[in-house]
Amino acid sequence: MTALQTVQSSDDSDFLLDVNDLVVHFETGKRRPFQGPSYVHAVDGVSFRVRRGTTFGIVGESGSGKSTTAQAIMRLVPVTSGQIVFHGRNILDLAGKPLREVRKQLQIVFQDPFSALNPRRRAGDQIREPLDLLNIGSRGERDERVRRLLGEVGLPPQAADLFPHQFSGGQRQRLCIARALAPEPDLIVCDEAVSALDVAIQAQILNLLKRLQRERGLTYIFISHDLSVIQQFCDEIAVMYLGKIVEQAPTAGIFVEPRHPYTWSLIAAAAPPGPIRDELKRRYLVKGDPPSPVDPAPGCRFAQRCPSATENCRIVLPQLDAIRPHHYVACHRVGELDPPAFDAAAMGNPVQQSM
Amino acid sequence: MGALLQVESLNVGLRNGAGVVVPVIENLSFEVHSGRTTALVGESGCGKSMTALAIMRLLPEDFVITGGRIVLEGEDILSLSPKRMRALRGNGMSMIFQEPMTALNPLFTVGDQIAEVLRWHQGLSASAAHAQAVEFLRAVQIPALEQRVNAYPHQLSGGMRQRVMIAMALAGRPKLLIADEPTTALDVTVQAQIFDLLAKLQQDTGTAVLLITHDLGAVAELADDVLVLYAGRCIESGASADLVGHPRHPYTRGLLGCVPHLKLGQRMPAVWSDLGEIAGMVPPLGARGADCAFLARCRDASDVCRSRPQPMLEPIETDHAVSCWRKSEIAA
Repeated sequence: MTALQTVQSSDDSDFLLDVNDLVVHFETGKRRPFQGPSYVHAVDGVSFRVRRGTTFGIVGESGSGKSTTAQAIMRLVPVTSGQIVFHGRNILDLAGKPLREVRKQLQIVFQDPFSALNPRRRAGDQIREPLDLLNIGSRGERDERVRRLLGEVGLPPQAADLFPHQFSGGQRQRLCIARALAPEPDLIVCDEAVSALDVAIQAQILNLLKRLQRERGLTYIFISHDLSVIQQFCDEIAVMYLGKIVEQAPTAGIFVEPRHPYTWSLIAAAAPPGPIRDELKRRYLVKGDPPSPVDPAPGCRFAQRCPSATENCRIVLPQLDAIRPHHYVACHRVGELDPPAFDAAAMGNPVQQSM
Repeated sequence: MGALLQVESLNVGLRNGAGVVVPVIENLSFEVHSGRTTALVGESGCGKSMTALAIMRLLPEDFVITGGRIVLEGEDILSLSPKRMRALRGNGMSMIFQEPMTALNPLFTVGDQIAEVLRWHQGLSASAAHAQAVEFLRAVQIPALEQRVNAYPHQLSGGMRQRVMIAMALAGRPKLLIADEPTTALDVTVQAQIFDLLAKLQQDTGTAVLLITHDLGAVAELADDVLVLYAGRCIESGASADLVGHPRHPYTRGLLGCVPHLKLGQRMPAVWSDLGEIAGMVPPLGARGADCAFLARCRDASDVCRSRPQPMLEPIETDHAVSCWRKSEIAA
């Protein structure tokens, strides 16, 4: 409740990043007869704001556009339309030197630490690279900062002279985090940053990211397909499906009273084993695979798989509307459908039973 | 009734550049029974996939089986001729791989690939095999199968491809199905569907399943028996509900503690509390001595552990064995 009140009392200056109606379309290269080119609607009108010092989670299946959103924020893919306001400036207009200045404050950690590091350069040089490129500090200061960064991510100073193949997966991800931290950014985008790691290592990296956030007041955009990690790690969550946000709320809102049928399905798939999960799966787990994002049909993107879809859902695209402060849902039937009951009284006491 | 598959003190080694054989799997023993699911759980590099490949006799070059027996229905697999082994793969046992895109041949339609199994192992004619292939696709619940049977792998989604892999693996009506992380490459909602499908097919056919996974949380639901591997050694085994509910080995406990569990209908505390973590990492190949492999990372290690070699896997109660010197002190 306190989190909600602070959000309400905050003004615009508390928001570090403001994404406004972001659209990213890719041409497929295929042309249909007598028609224009086909487009992959990777991101199709996404808007959200990220508060300073918090973690904003984006969850969704592959093809939902969560990584493309991250890459658009980093200016790594061409944006079709929309605005990305960072530190009060629309960074989509920037190029050249001003864009480099922004990148000092905006960094990314990728999913696969094996391909995100150059195999032919020493670890220390790779952490130094952003400092060199962005012209931060003198030579001596840069070496000093590399040593300090290695320490902060839990690696010995000797690690600077090693090559990436001499590190394990978890250590490589620590290097990637050190490299992202090097220019002292305000916002770090973690694009599935722990998905490729073993569970024990994943816990180490999550703890590290949280500690760094506490110490440096970092803001994260945390992208993952793993709901339980998202629940632990994030303050606010957006659920994406085929290029659109279908539900967005503070973490408690998503896991106490989710309102979109797709969120229900994701929760049913990830719920801890036990009678509650069986019941959730029976009622809410959708069948089939997500449809193709190439030239999607009009109407709700989820209508094809949604068990509650009506004729209206297939024709009219629902808007992301607030159902209460800070809880947004894009569903025509949000008023009619009851959210799932998770309480012990309804279906036994599964959490205790499963442990 | 005896076990369908018996693995007895299996040892697998890797011949390194200098020609020295480095142990990869040490003294691994377990059984798989018809109609039941046995899970091998562990982090990457613990030898779980190598165990599967050793059973199929598909180990990559440089990997050698240095000791032990693998017995499938009374037949010692390790002494079979390549010809008999080929007949067994598909009929006796078959395998579902982690990545369905790389495991399917991109140049043949999925119908042809399933039919190939039937023609080889059951001697069916081309048309009969094709008709049967459609039936197998129906069994794995692929919609619009008349078109899908003539589709190439790239025309199918990841979930569909994995269904095709399952259909292919089941086409020879194997007695043992080895599923090597069958859902790791798939989306969560699709994962749940594939596991449900596997459970249903197992119920219908009575196949024994050897499930390989890194997700200790999921095995409680999917498997009857579990073996936890660490650095090529089995450190805990038992009935899955018991093992997941009352883990005894410090590693198993750590592994369960570091996975965040989804909490439904509850508000999370506003303050972050660190996830349990296991400090350090798995010792690399070649750096595994006679000591307990987990010693360097173990919080509960005492002088007993440091002064003695890797403890035997000893039963602590019925259907629950642990390899730990302090197993009776570490309460369930």
